[in-house]
Amino acid sequence: MKNLVTSILIVLIFTVLLGIGYPFAVTGLAQILFPEKANGSLIRNEKGELVGSELIGQTFTGEKYFHSRPSAAGNGYDASASSGSNLGPTSAKLIDRVEADAETLQSENPSQKVPIDLVTTSGSGLDPHISPEAAEFQILRVAKARNISETDLRKTVAKFTEGRQFGIFGEPHVNVLLLNLELDKLNNK
Amino acid sequence: MNTFGWLQIVIYLVVLGLLTKPVGIYLTKVYGGEKTFLDFIMRPVENLIYKLTGVDAKAEMNWKTYGIAMLFFSLVSSLAVYAIQRLQGFLPLNPQDFSAPSEHLSFNTAVSFVTNTNWQSYGGEATMSYFTQMSALTVQNFVSAAVGMSLAIAFIRGIARFETQNLGNFWVDLVRGTLYVLLPLSLIFALFFVSQGVVQNFKAYDTANLVEAQTIEKDGEKQIVETQTIAQGATASQLSIKMLGTNGGGFFNANSAHPFENPTPFSNFIQMLLILIIPAGFTCTLGRMTRSQGHGWAVFGAMMILLIVGIVIAAQAESSANPLYPAAVNQSVGNMEGKETRFGIANSVLFAAVTTGASCGAVNAMHDSFTPIGGMVPLVNILLGEVIFGGVGAGMYGILIFIILTVFIAGLMVGRTPEYLGKKIEAYDVQMAMLYALIFPLIILGLTAVSVMMPETGLNSLYNQGAHGLSEILYAFTSATGNNGSAFAGLNANTVWYNSALGFAMLFGRFFMIIPVLAIAGNLAQKKYVPPSTGTFPVNTPLFTVLLIGIIIIVGALTFFPVLSLGGIVEHLQMLDGKTF
Amino acid sequence: MNKTISIWDKQIISQALGDAFRKLNPRTMMKNPVMFVVEIGAVLVTIQLLRSLILPTETTNLLFETQITLWLWFTVLFANFAEAMAEGRGKAQADTLRKAKTETTANLLKENGETEIVGANTLKKGDVVIVSAGEFIPGDGEIIEGVASVDESAITGESAPVIRESGGDRSAVTGGTRVLSDQIKVRITANAGESFIDKMIALVEGAERQKTPNEIALNILLCGLTIIFLLAVVTLQPFAVYSNAPQTNFVLISLLICLIPTTIGGLLSAIGIAGMDRLVQHNVLAMSGRAVEAAGDVNTLLLDKTGTITLGNRQAAEFIPFAGVEETTLADAAQLSSLADETPEGRSIVVLAKEKYGLRGREINELGAGHEFVPFTAQTRMSGLNFNGREIRKGAVDAIEKYVANGNGYKASPELRETVERIAKMGGTPLVVADNRKPLGVIYLKDIVKGGMKERFDQLRAMGIKTVMITGDNPLTAASIAKEAGVDDFLAEATPEDKMALIKREQADGKLVAMTGDGTNDAPALAQADVGVAMNTGTQAAKEAGNMVDLDSNPTKLIEIVAIGKQLLMTRGALTTFSIANDVAKYFAIIPAMFLVAFPQLQALNIMNLKSPESAILSAVIFNALVIIALIPLALRGVKYKPMTASKLLQRNLLIYGVGGLIVPFVGIKLIDLIITVLGFA
Repeated sequence: MKNLVTSILIVLIFTVLLGIGYPFAVTGLAQILFPEKANGSLIRNEKGELVGSELIGQTFTGEKYFHSRPSAAGNGYDASASSGSNLGPTSAKLIDRVEADAETLQSENPSQKVPIDLVTTSGSGLDPHISPEAAEFQILRVAKARNISETDLRKTVAKFTEGRQFGIFGEPHVNVLLLNLELDKLNNK
Repeated sequence: MNTFGWLQIVIYLVVLGLLTKPVGIYLTKVYGGEKTFLDFIMRPVENLIYKLTGVDAKAEMNWKTYGIAMLFFSLVSSLAVYAIQRLQGFLPLNPQDFSAPSEHLSFNTAVSFVTNTNWQSYGGEATMSYFTQMSALTVQNFVSAAVGMSLAIAFIRGIARFETQNLGNFWVDLVRGTLYVLLPLSLIFALFFVSQGVVQNFKAYDTANLVEAQTIEKDGEKQIVETQTIAQGATASQLSIKMLGTNGGGFFNANSAHPFENPTPFSNFIQMLLILIIPAGFTCTLGRMTRSQGHGWAVFGAMMILLIVGIVIAAQAESSANPLYPAAVNQSVGNMEGKETRFGIANSVLFAAVTTGASCGAVNAMHDSFTPIGGMVPLVNILLGEVIFGGVGAGMYGILIFIILTVFIAGLMVGRTPEYLGKKIEAYDVQMAMLYALIFPLIILGLTAVSVMMPETGLNSLYNQGAHGLSEILYAFTSATGNNGSAFAGLNANTVWYNSALGFAMLFGRFFMIIPVLAIAGNLAQKKYVPPSTGTFPVNTPLFTVLLIGIIIIVGALTFFPVLSLGGIVEHLQMLDGKTF
Repeated sequence: MNKTISIWDKQIISQALGDAFRKLNPRTMMKNPVMFVVEIGAVLVTIQLLRSLILPTETTNLLFETQITLWLWFTVLFANFAEAMAEGRGKAQADTLRKAKTETTANLLKENGETEIVGANTLKKGDVVIVSAGEFIPGDGEIIEGVASVDESAITGESAPVIRESGGDRSAVTGGTRVLSDQIKVRITANAGESFIDKMIALVEGAERQKTPNEIALNILLCGLTIIFLLAVVTLQPFAVYSNAPQTNFVLISLLICLIPTTIGGLLSAIGIAGMDRLVQHNVLAMSGRAVEAAGDVNTLLLDKTGTITLGNRQAAEFIPFAGVEETTLADAAQLSSLADETPEGRSIVVLAKEKYGLRGREINELGAGHEFVPFTAQTRMSGLNFNGREIRKGAVDAIEKYVANGNGYKASPELRETVERIAKMGGTPLVVADNRKPLGVIYLKDIVKGGMKERFDQLRAMGIKTVMITGDNPLTAASIAKEAGVDDFLAEATPEDKMALIKREQADGKLVAMTGDGTNDAPALAQADVGVAMNTGTQAAKEAGNMVDLDSNPTKLIEIVAIGKQLLMTRGALTTFSIANDVAKYFAIIPAMFLVAFPQLQALNIMNLKSPESAILSAVIFNALVIIALIPLALRGVKYKPMTASKLLQRNLLIYGVGGLIVPFVGIKLIDLIITVLGFA
């Protein structure tokens, strides 16, 4: 019986200490130290409207945009329902999807093989990045649609290409949303 | 995989190795009741807790008392988590107005977090309010880890002590582990994660206007989507303890693949490190507390080798092309389905091996979409008994069971009745160790077999068919029983059968296995000292390391080889053969 | 008595063959859970086979099914045969013993002093019997009157008769031995049927064999593994059904039998019986299997110096004359004093004088009349010779000092003291020689350490066993001999109490202690020791206190006993490891075979390239059965044991039985597959 009382008391104390005190402390400190990041690295346009988050990808289908990877989150890049496709390597659904996507993409740029990330969904379904190869693959199409030179476009892409963190960690990647926003901005000028 | 991939893996392993000793020494101090540099702040808190709860910090417990206290605490914890979920609608910090999860989901989740499994039949951002995440789930992230650590320490005490009943005081171990180890580290790393971009707020979800509105087809009708709802929440504070306590329950559905839960490669690196530092540190603690540092390192070696083997196999598998993909796809990178661009293959397989070697279960890539062999690595890691460093504490007591079996089988070969660190291993110890070794496959194989025999309740939940489908169910029960929590997530586990069956698998996989563990600890503590000599089976040599690995693999692999051959192995061969399902 | 029985002894084999079938009785089988599972499996496939015979279906493969059924039964029979072989060998030992226990009669001495002839089997503890030359001693007992030479060859195999006499430590006699000369009065110390030989027979026959603690633990492990594999196989069928590849009972049961540890399960009891048997072959009788296991664990060996470490007797090494005395004079006097001394020490003095100084040993009759020998007595503790008016004496220092002082007020010279001490330091025993009450010098009697002892102690040390020499010598002497012999420690001037204290001290440190002893005053220590080996020549009290009896009464035997204990444990460990390691190959044989039809891709796992699914499964089952037979000699003989450190032993055994256990079945199964394919069995 004593165990029961002790258990209840400890659960109560820990709920207050760890379940309320600790997250509030972290939130307080985070809001002071890194307010932007703590709130989701949000991006607003000139009008102050929220257009997305640096860290969350969006679907792009237009010719003039760099396309993100396929997404399995909701109806695509649903940031309130993150999810991978969870299709296994021998899944007919997966293979059909990859085949269809590959065919479409190949028709845009027949000279190159389709980079793998453009036909595969990410784990979160919200991957904000594509590989530099995937960006390069799309340059032909985007340059044509926007009527800008491939060289200029490459420069802009390079601006939004991040290398390995500290030169070691992760893989090089291009932020699709930031890149597309920049392209829109350039076009508007 | 490229050189950078291997380099990152090597750096990870080296840093982990370097951290093992300092962490181990610190753990020894904390559980030895010694002075630490945090005493100035934590001592008063600790004493206050004892005062409020009436715990006599000096009283020692025997294995039964220790176990009963642990069981009571876990029971009350489960009820609290269940209650908070069911009352979610009436509780504050619920900006999305989520209603209470169903009874079976609440049961599953309560059990899941109390057993340190953190299996999730739900998607966090669509189900749980901030209050539930904090006051129920985060709290259990701390204490279920602290319970595991307490049990490991009690077991080590059983080995280190002689002719006594005393294994320490559960309440003290629980409180000290939480206050001196988990809380301070979590606080620091939570802030670090925010610095990398992890969110930490209590806002309602944001709505962004899409840069390019999209037309989608839904239920046969075309719809135009112009906005994106961005889930928010107090993620960082839950994230650091999720990794450190090898809990693994994601704040978001996509877990550590979600950019808000793991924004950068460096945050990813630190997350992987947090998973293993305490389990690795425990090997050093084992060595120190039993005054046999060499043994601690031999155990560390066995765990490390198993981890590396898994990483290498998975890395090879995931770097290779899927022969079923059309030729137009450039697969030189490897299998990117279910993986994030910023992490690439190396960080995804490393994370998968680490999270399943330890019973963490957080994921930064979808195991379900791994290649057959690549996906078998996390599965086998769990099937080996969660001892590749294992969960905080759980990995330590798990490997101690394997050590007892190793010492018993191989120990005879030196011509003495088996002994381990100055204790004779006798019938009772073997009996309990075998019980432990038996419960694990019993739950996994039994429930998986029952599930595949039920076309409606069992197989309707399958998302993938063929051999991969078998792996999905097997993985679910393996993950639950091994208290891991990762999944072949295609399986729809949010059904009455799976929520209940997996819930029981988690309960049995935790508590039925803890009881023999404590019984052995109690029995060992009573034993007389048998001094080691050159005639004694040495437990601090590379040969011992090899033997231990052999026993772990034999007990694990021999039991599960048949089902694996119908799962991943046959799927791999079918994939090479060009078959789809 | 021929103690070594060939493994291929025809009679034992044919007896064992019969027993193998008798042991199929489920009630017997149940004692061995692993093999019991095999038997149940065999019964199940037999029923299945009968159904196939009566109602064959399209898929029935009678050739395959019949063979599987037969080999499963063979597996059980082979294991039973192994056990029966071990028991048979024990019985053969017992029969030899039983011959010694021919029905004898006894001359029971009644209270009124008359004797009555009764059957030996009616004797009770406390009865007194009279045994004369030529008669068998009717039961274990103690001589209370008389001295006799006794032929104990029936028990010890040693043909030379031994002397047994009342009082002291040589008073115990064993039933079944024969008095060769004289007549003795014996008090019986064991009821009929409880005598030594009875116990021995029961033990070697395995009738009273109880599982030892380690065997019980190992059995639990094996049962656990069996259940785990049972689980793996039972649940395999649902998975197979899911995969559209349901399996027949033949295949599933075959898989189960191949996976469960039948090799060690089938041989475990044989190993235990054979371990006891090996002790008996060394003429050691253990009262329990537990003692044999304990022997493997011994940390500390207490060894009596005399007879174990040193040759029982000391030898003269040097004559050390005092100042002013010629060496030859001393040698001559020493020789004269020892002429009639028939002790080994005395003889060695005569020999040394002859070899070193050319003093031919004079025949006693050469001395002429008027000589008189002075024998050694407990009072004077000197011996010597009076002739031609000379009184020559030799003896212990204090005895001679007393003798000399008695005559002329002589005081021991510093020179004498110094010499004596020097000898003692070297580990020798000084004997002082005096001629007409004048000390001439000292004879240096040296303890001779047995050849090869140092090496043996080194081996023991390598095995982690500490040796302690027990001696009545003074610490100086003891230290010197200990050093020469290479023992780790010694206990000097040891009283039985000291010995007891030493054992308790070691045990308090958690060590297991083994010792030998023969005297009644050794009994408490023998009882206290974890392994107490009593000498058969010792007293009844000593024998009852110890848990083993060495029939050869050879204290060095302790070392062999330890080796046998270790060998027993090693054999268990080695075969367990071998058995488990075998499973890997069996999987590679059976799993692809099971699912090849449903998944032709699984051919990739058929790394042995076995011909067909049937031949693969059959080969694995046959291998599994044959390996039991193949390992019977190993189980009976025990794995080779060479003293070395645990690390090296482990490395060696792991290589042979672990790695070997992985490889051998691959080769074996492949070979069997080739053979049965050629023979058309599959």
